Amino acid sequence: MLTQNRNMDTRRDVFHAIADPTRREILGLVAAHPQNLNSIASNFGISRPAISQQIKILVECGLIDIQQKGRERICEVKPQKLAEVTDWLEGFRKQWEQRFSELDELLEKMKKEVTDYHKTPKK
Amino acid sequence: MTHKTTTIIAEPSKQELFITREFNAPRELVYRALIEPELLMQWLGPREMAMNIDSNEIKPGGFWRFTHTSPKGMVHGFHSAIHEATFPERIIRTFEYEGLPERGHVSLETATFEALDGERTRLVIHSVFRSVADRDGMILSGMERGVNDSHERMDELFGKLASRFNK
Repeated sequence: MLTQNRNMDTRRDVFHAIADPTRREILGLVAAHPQNLNSIASNFGISRPAISQQIKILVECGLIDIQQKGRERICEVKPQKLAEVTDWLEGFRKQWEQRFSELDELLEKMKKEVTDYHKTPKK
Repeated sequence: MTHKTTTIIAEPSKQELFITREFNAPRELVYRALIEPELLMQWLGPREMAMNIDSNEIKPGGFWRFTHTSPKGMVHGFHSAIHEATFPERIIRTFEYEGLPERGHVSLETATFEALDGERTRLVIHSVFRSVADRDGMILSGMERGVNDSHERMDELFGKLASRFNK
């Protein structure tokens, strides 16, 4: 079990980054607008060090950059890295979207046939 | 209001994925569109592919098989064993793409048809794969497809997928 945990800790890629719901939420916040740690932590009911730890993982996974701006350290997303994750599902989603919009058309035809059938006087 | 957006949920490191979509039609019709060959052929396949359904036993234990043929004549076969087909609620079946170099990369698919207000339907397709790699391979095939829509790319992609499974 310990070994497994260690493996999880050493795995640092975008998929590891988004595996955790808190990290996904942090990404969402920072993607909406760059902000510092305190501002991020204020959105969560967990301790500041715990949030700091999650941000550290996001940085190590290459999804977030920390910029020193005056006295503040501002977290920003790296959009290219984030695209790796979203694109990954997006093509698959589009493929189904394409199929389903054809299915929408077919269903409209089927609905019309059912209606026409009921409108036709029965002998 | 119908959410005509397809939602895909595929969490990292898991062997499953969910495809969710709502339709402006009663579930009886959506169910039929998913199993009746003459209906299925109107929406499932890529436009440039010729689709053929050569086995169609939609009943527990039934065998179901279809092929897509590209304009270049490359045939992609897919088949299923039907576990359950309960009109108009649920279909459970296995699913396998025959083009992989190794047989047995099967997934288990459950399609549920939920009746919504106003003669609408929510379709949820839940697929469970034998490994995370199998699931990711399936998603990647869609990624390539979404980016490149031509049949040449499709053939290329199946080749790539095949080499992926060879490793």
